[in-house]
Amino acid sequence: MSALSQDLSSVDAEGPLAGVRVVEFTSAWAGPYATCLLGFLGAEVIKVESRKRLDHSRITSFTTARAFSGPDESPVFDNLNLNKRSVCLDLSRREAVAIAKRLIAVSDVAVENMRPGVVERLGLGYSAAREARADIIYLSSSACGQTGPDRENVGYAPNFASAAGLSYVTGYPDWPPSTLAGSIDLRSACTAAFAVVAALIHRQRSGQGQSIDLASQEVIAMLNADALLDFAINGRVRTRGGNSDEAMAPHDCYRCSGDDDWISIAVATDDEWRALCGVIARPELASDERFATAAARSRKRQAIDHIVAAWTAQHGAGEATHLLQAAGVAAAPSMTNRALFEDPHMKERGVFQQIDHPVLGKDWVIGPPWRFSETPASVRRASPLLGEHNEAVFEGLLGMSPQEIRKLEQDGVIY
Amino acid sequence: MADKALQGIKVLEYCRGISGAYCTKLMGDLGAEVIKLEAPSRGDDARRAGPFADDQPHDETSGLFLFLNTNKLGVTLDPRAPAGRKIFERLVAASDVLVEDWPAGTLEAQGLGYEQLRALNAGLVMASITPFGRSGPNKGFKAYGLNISHVSGQGNLLPMPSPDLSRAPVKIGGHCTDYDSGQTAALGILAALFRRALGGSGQFIEISQQEAVLNLQRIESVVFANAGEVLDRRGPNDERRVTQVYECKDGWVVALAPLEHQKAALGKLLAEFPDMREHTRAEICARGQSLGCPVSPMNSARDVAESPQLRSRDFFTRIDHPVAGQIEIPARLCGFSQTPITIERAAPLLGEHNDAIYRERLGLGADAIAALREQGAI
Repeated sequence: MSALSQDLSSVDAEGPLAGVRVVEFTSAWAGPYATCLLGFLGAEVIKVESRKRLDHSRITSFTTARAFSGPDESPVFDNLNLNKRSVCLDLSRREAVAIAKRLIAVSDVAVENMRPGVVERLGLGYSAAREARADIIYLSSSACGQTGPDRENVGYAPNFASAAGLSYVTGYPDWPPSTLAGSIDLRSACTAAFAVVAALIHRQRSGQGQSIDLASQEVIAMLNADALLDFAINGRVRTRGGNSDEAMAPHDCYRCSGDDDWISIAVATDDEWRALCGVIARPELASDERFATAAARSRKRQAIDHIVAAWTAQHGAGEATHLLQAAGVAAAPSMTNRALFEDPHMKERGVFQQIDHPVLGKDWVIGPPWRFSETPASVRRASPLLGEHNEAVFEGLLGMSPQEIRKLEQDGVIY
Repeated sequence: MADKALQGIKVLEYCRGISGAYCTKLMGDLGAEVIKLEAPSRGDDARRAGPFADDQPHDETSGLFLFLNTNKLGVTLDPRAPAGRKIFERLVAASDVLVEDWPAGTLEAQGLGYEQLRALNAGLVMASITPFGRSGPNKGFKAYGLNISHVSGQGNLLPMPSPDLSRAPVKIGGHCTDYDSGQTAALGILAALFRRALGGSGQFIEISQQEAVLNLQRIESVVFANAGEVLDRRGPNDERRVTQVYECKDGWVVALAPLEHQKAALGKLLAEFPDMREHTRAEICARGQSLGCPVSPMNSARDVAESPQLRSRDFFTRIDHPVAGQIEIPARLCGFSQTPITIERAAPLLGEHNDAIYRERLGLGADAIAALREQGAI
């Protein structure tokens, strides 16, 4: 625990990781969201960045393919960098690297996601970090890992998803693999944060830090275990199966009466099947031998899909969901971002949270994914403006004088 | 044996679904001791899910079960039987973590809710995983992974880009959505354990699967709230689209070039390979990456299994299971320098550790164990 954490982090005191300081040298989505998760959990996160090479999530949205006109106007950056502080350092300058090492010296965790090899060349690799702080926990996140023939490959979420085989099993059988998107980065981030906290627990017991080499390709390949297991066991190469599941029927997304209106319905047990037959007013099917067991229903998948689709076509997805759920059948609409935002359940649970951002104004973000009874995870502040905390961190945390800071700004070290 | 990150942490799993089992597997693979409770005689539902060798179902050889339950001890127990309940309470009292995934209110109705269990063990970190959380109008709704994929905003945007909105949105392949909630829960649990070791108490953690996956969709999900734009699976239109799929001689590659220097690299690649269908993925990716263009092969399971990159990093581990034999499973989630992930133990046979836990750990005599069996409690 850093004693120096006190003044800067009093507002972070509630979460389970209160008192942990993280310094990050990351950009894009996977690295920043890893430390954002740690920040939700109460860690104090200092982001080191530079206007020389802006984090692209400050200037462009992959989701809408829009560019922003300045570095402080991105809701994408905001939603991935909540609660953090930002300082500017041009790490191509030796003096900047020395300051970065001082930040590492007062931190518990360092996270970077540069192309493998780059951070070592800058003089901020694990061995340099360990000189600054012997028990540092140092996580490197990259596309393919720090070792191996593909170590220098560059990639974004669609690259990892594709390289890991998850794209290959997502989509329609008669169409190319689905590219997937940014959520793949956030999956990598969630595992990265998990690895960091595991290492913090280990350090509590042993006093030892360590380095963690996380490859997004491998994180996503773990999530593709089903296809890898089928290949390992049967030598079978799975392809795209839409919404289907080999053991369940019905198990699909069915068209409803509205515009682009769909409901997902999944039936595992005989009880659920009988309940479904009641709701869709086909009670005779409940005792039909052709559909009596899960295995039999799986073999008659197409016939079942026709029957279910004929019923859903006459109902809205919301109404159909309520009718089926009331009978104990797992059903849920395929929800758009608008449907989620307007959903009473989401509203009652406060999932969408509006925060004040100095440039964006009121910005909607998504709150943390857990409810802790004792040490709540939280969104406490908007993401930082570029370099917003230069003074607070360099003066307040590192004890530099205002003159020294001004000089470094003039020299383009703090940039 | 190398030091383990979570050595000494005791986890009890009382779950039926995939998310809870994956959550505790992640902790077990880092060295926590995980005791998995399974329903007597029937066992975990994952035992009946494939893949099975030659598609022949067998309770001990489900690929999914073998993957989800590495490094765990397995006992059979029905906490609803009176004698089973006493055993459950003793196991909870001796655990640091309890993970459960029963519908909201189920454990409370059995007198085994967090308030009751906390009285037995003030340091208990208890995680509850439910489809929609424990409050709100949908709290009682039922959902499988398919439903969660669609109700979290994820399925509605797949496949991306979609050729045609008249075709149904789809889920991510396999059980990815279930694993997502498990990973999210495991992160929250470790944070609570970290805090507890500093002198904090135990606590209750609620995880909604819908919200765990929605968190991964956080960027797309707020675009309507902030900009009034409803996204759909067609993706941004052609001029704005960042990600492109190209058909090659032996499959597909994906390329995207959001930054100026990458756009230039992609342009050069396209000029050098005007018809990618005449070239292999390997040729195109090697050249593209050397130019600095993020281009990758769209790998099949075989490609991933045979990947020199993953092989060189020991991503797969061969487990040796008494019934299923030797199977290679994905194992190395990431590389820890001091506390490497290892698979010390294949998934348990049904009730494999009843004796070790009930007789040796809890000190029950042969008569007591026989009585439990009689009541259907184990």
